[in-house]
Amino acid sequence: MSEHEYIPKSKVGKWFNDRLPLLTLANHLTDYPTPKNLNYWWTFGGILTFCLITQIVTGLVLAMHYIAHADMAFQSVEHIMRDVNYGWLIRYIHANGASMFFLAVYIHIFRSLFYGSYKSPREIIWIIGIIIYLLMMAAAFLGYVLPWGQMSFWGATVITNLFSAIPLVGEGIVTWLWGGYSVDNPTLTRFFTLHYLIPFLILGLVVLHIWALHVPGNNNPIGIDIKKPSKDTVPFHPYIVIKDGFALLMFMIVFAFFVFYTPNILGHADNYIEANPLVTPAHIVPEWYLLPFYAILRSVPDKLLGVIAMLSAILILAALPWLDTSKIRSAVFRPLYKQFYWILVADVLILGYVGAMPAEGLYLLIARIATAYYFLHFLVVLPILGFKERTTPVPLSITEPILGGSPNLAAVKKKDDFKNQ
Amino acid sequence: MEKKTKRRDFLFTATYAVGAVGVGAVVWPMIDQMNPDASVKALASTEVDVSAVDPGKTITVLWRGKPVFIRRRTQEEIAEAKSVKLEELKHPEKDEDRAKNPEWLVMLGVCTHLGCVPLDQKGDYNGWFCPCHGSHYDISGRIRKGPAPTNMEIPEYKFVDANTIKIG
Repeated sequence: MSEHEYIPKSKVGKWFNDRLPLLTLANHLTDYPTPKNLNYWWTFGGILTFCLITQIVTGLVLAMHYIAHADMAFQSVEHIMRDVNYGWLIRYIHANGASMFFLAVYIHIFRSLFYGSYKSPREIIWIIGIIIYLLMMAAAFLGYVLPWGQMSFWGATVITNLFSAIPLVGEGIVTWLWGGYSVDNPTLTRFFTLHYLIPFLILGLVVLHIWALHVPGNNNPIGIDIKKPSKDTVPFHPYIVIKDGFALLMFMIVFAFFVFYTPNILGHADNYIEANPLVTPAHIVPEWYLLPFYAILRSVPDKLLGVIAMLSAILILAALPWLDTSKIRSAVFRPLYKQFYWILVADVLILGYVGAMPAEGLYLLIARIATAYYFLHFLVVLPILGFKERTTPVPLSITEPILGGSPNLAAVKKKDDFKNQ
Repeated sequence: MEKKTKRRDFLFTATYAVGAVGVGAVVWPMIDQMNPDASVKALASTEVDVSAVDPGKTITVLWRGKPVFIRRRTQEEIAEAKSVKLEELKHPEKDEDRAKNPEWLVMLGVCTHLGCVPLDQKGDYNGWFCPCHGSHYDISGRIRKGPAPTNMEIPEYKFVDANTIKIG
């Protein structure tokens, strides 16, 4: 936050700002001091905001043409694709937009994991982020049901049936969610309503996420606390705005490639067959972004425990700031953590791969090992690593390694001592 | 010194209690509106003509939006279903209890794992096989292998006459 109270230059601006300090807020956002060493992994916050707005705008337009009824939903989607002006474009942007949203959020999350952005004092930012991620998964699942294709129907059946694993009340909850004895019209209409609601909940949480970010300020690639504003910071505008803008353009190229050249590659052909409650597709798989969790669900042979394992795999992330006992944030100075980090990345990718494969034989074995390792990473490796790992010296400021020294002699001496140990 | 309960404490408690009842009375309709409505419940039973089903064949009918398998079992299948020892089963049920008339097996064609429709005459036990997560059922619809916790459910049904089954 700026040191000085902002005073608008124009008389009208001052009059307005005294009554509603929007200009003060705008000034805070443009002047917001950002670490000057932020790399391109830090541009995904802006990219995600773009994704959310894209989904809301295209979704709003689609809702003008879509009919949430079991007898008409499938036809109305085909109507959008064939008859509505640019309907194909808007729907493909929305459908691929979901995938792009998840692609960006996974990079954003793994950025946090690498640079320790979840650690004190940024735990609340992180937890709000996890809630946003959960809501994104809910929105994506609900949205996938709306075209009322085979994958929509059976995906909805499988996911809602997860609740039946709850002892005693499970079956009652499932009937309540369905509004009947199977996934049917009442299910579709309520899913549409909730799918419309969630993006606005996410929008509200994004405001809190950014608000909570602006209290301590951004983490940075070397993960040190910096003085703000100082030689280590640059104002958000124009520096970060331009950098985020450039990254967004690069991202949009990838986005456009999917929309215009392979709009269906991330979907399933089965979803172009209308929902049929009598025939289950031979191979039900969720969208790619849910595959690692699907693999965890299937790797446990017990129904209730499988559901618990899958939910824990997500919720364990909320406890991460306390599971990681290391005081050093950035993996740059954590030689061992850096290796475990990449093993975790590989582990999640493997889980995603086996999640797309049939749950049998070697795939099942790999899924079980990868699931076990996933939990091991968070519950055993991270807590122990914080105590055992010998970290490398952390610079005192962002400029220090470049200028070759710090004006703070006492601190330099301390650092040398550390080196000589 | 013990804190004395005052008249005002009683008023607070009484107000909270009445408030909680009021909130509950408003919230419950908002929750219950999602439960199956009268039109859904009205479609709760179906009559099926099974005269055209030959031994060794299964038909699938829709009941309450869910598939119901009606299989006319052959003598070998009945013998096989009856021969299974109860201790081999994950969810022990006698075949006699599942098929009152052993020739006819009427059951919900819904995998008890996560609700997919199992495939007929597939799997390691020549009964049903669920393609979603690999549950194997025997010719009595009992779970033998895979993640499903229980046997496929037997709905309430009765023979109205020799050729008609009423489900529900």
